Amino acid sequence: MQEYFIIIISAVFINNIVLSQFLGICPFMGVSKKLSASLGMGGAVSFVLVVAGFITWALNTYLLTPLGIGYLQTIAFILVIASLVQFVEMVIKKFSPSLYKALGIYLPLITTNCAVLGVAIINIQKEFSLGKVMVHSLSHAAGFTLALVLMSGIRERLEDADIPESMRGVPIALIVAALMSISFLGFSGLI
Amino acid sequence: MSLTNEFTKGIIRENPLFRLLLGMCPSLAVTTSVDNGLGMGVAFSVVLLASNIVISAMRSIIPNSVRIPAYIVIVATFVTMIDLLMHAFTPALYTALGIFIPLIVVNCIILGRAEAFSGKNPVLPSIMDALGMGAGFTLALVLVSSFREVLGAGTFFGQTILPENIPAIMMILPPGGFITLGCLLALLNKIQKKTA
Repeated sequence: MQEYFIIIISAVFINNIVLSQFLGICPFMGVSKKLSASLGMGGAVSFVLVVAGFITWALNTYLLTPLGIGYLQTIAFILVIASLVQFVEMVIKKFSPSLYKALGIYLPLITTNCAVLGVAIINIQKEFSLGKVMVHSLSHAAGFTLALVLMSGIRERLEDADIPESMRGVPIALIVAALMSISFLGFSGLI
Repeated sequence: MSLTNEFTKGIIRENPLFRLLLGMCPSLAVTTSVDNGLGMGVAFSVVLLASNIVISAMRSIIPNSVRIPAYIVIVATFVTMIDLLMHAFTPALYTALGIFIPLIVVNCIILGRAEAFSGKNPVLPSIMDALGMGAGFTLALVLVSSFREVLGAGTFFGQTILPENIPAIMMILPPGGFITLGCLLALLNKIQKKTA
C-alpha cells in the first residue's frame, strides 16, 4: 500500500510531468489560456494516457518481450497511441458531440503529446506490475491536469496585467512556469 | 525559391524553436549542458534529414488520407535506428538524453516539416529544408544550453570558467530551463521590434 502512495505523491508533485520532466509542454503553453479549455484538455489527455499506459504495458509484456523484439518498442507504442486517439475521437464524436466540439483540434493533437508516449516508456523502464502501471499513469495524468489548470488560472489574470511589450504571450508564460516549477521543487524533500 | 533560401530560412527567419515555438519539450529538458544540447541537436537533425528524404521521395505513393500514420511510421523507424546507434557508440550521451531519444518521434518539428514541406516538394529542396531546420534547432539548443551550463554549473563544454561560488544551481534544475527560454524569447521579440 505504501509503495502505491509513494508512486502517487512522486508522480503528482515531485516529478510533475510538466514542471519537472518537461513532457507535454506544447499543450501546456497552447491550451492554458482559458480555464474551461484546460480542464477539457486535461480530461482528454488523462483518458488517453491511462488507456495507452495499459495497452502499451500489455503489448510489451505479452508480445514484444516474449518475441524478443523490444527494439520495436517506439514504433509499436506510437502506433497504439495514434490509433487509440483516433478511436477516442470517433467514440466521443458519436456519443457526445458537444464535448467533441469543445475539444476541437486538441483531440487529434494528443497523438503528438510527448506526455503520453513518455509515460508509456517510463512505465516499461521502471518494470512496473500492472497495478503500479495503472496508478503511475493515473497520477501522472492528475499531475498534468493539475499543472494545466493552475497555469490557466494564472494566465487568465495575466490578461489584465501590465507586462512589458516584448514579454507578452509565451515569454511571460515561460517565466510563470519557472516560478511554478520552483515552488514544485519544494516538494522534493517530501519522500 | 532557390535552394540556398530553403537552407537559410530554418536558421533565423523560421527558426523552429525561437520563431515557430516547436519542439519545446526536448529543448527545455536536455539543455542542462552544451554536450547534451549539441548531441540532441545532431540526433534530431539526422532523423529529420532521413525522414524528409524518404517522405519526399514517397510523396506520390502515400495516399492522402493515411499520410499522418505513414509519416509517423517512417519517423519512428529512423528514431529507432538512431536510438540503437547511440546506445552502441555514445553510451554516455545515450544515458544523459535518456527518454528524450525515443521521444524525438513525437517532436512536432519533424511531423510539421513533413506536413508543410517534404510531403509537397521534391527531394533536393527537402534535403536543404531539413539541413536548415536541423541547423537552426541545433543552434537554438546550443544557445539555451550555453546559458544554462555557464550560469548553473560554471562550465562550458565541461571546462570550468567561473569561480566556484558564483554559479546558481537552479539554472540547471527545471526552473532554469523555463527562465532561460522565456528571457531569450523576450530578447528576440525586442530585437525584432527594433529592426522592423
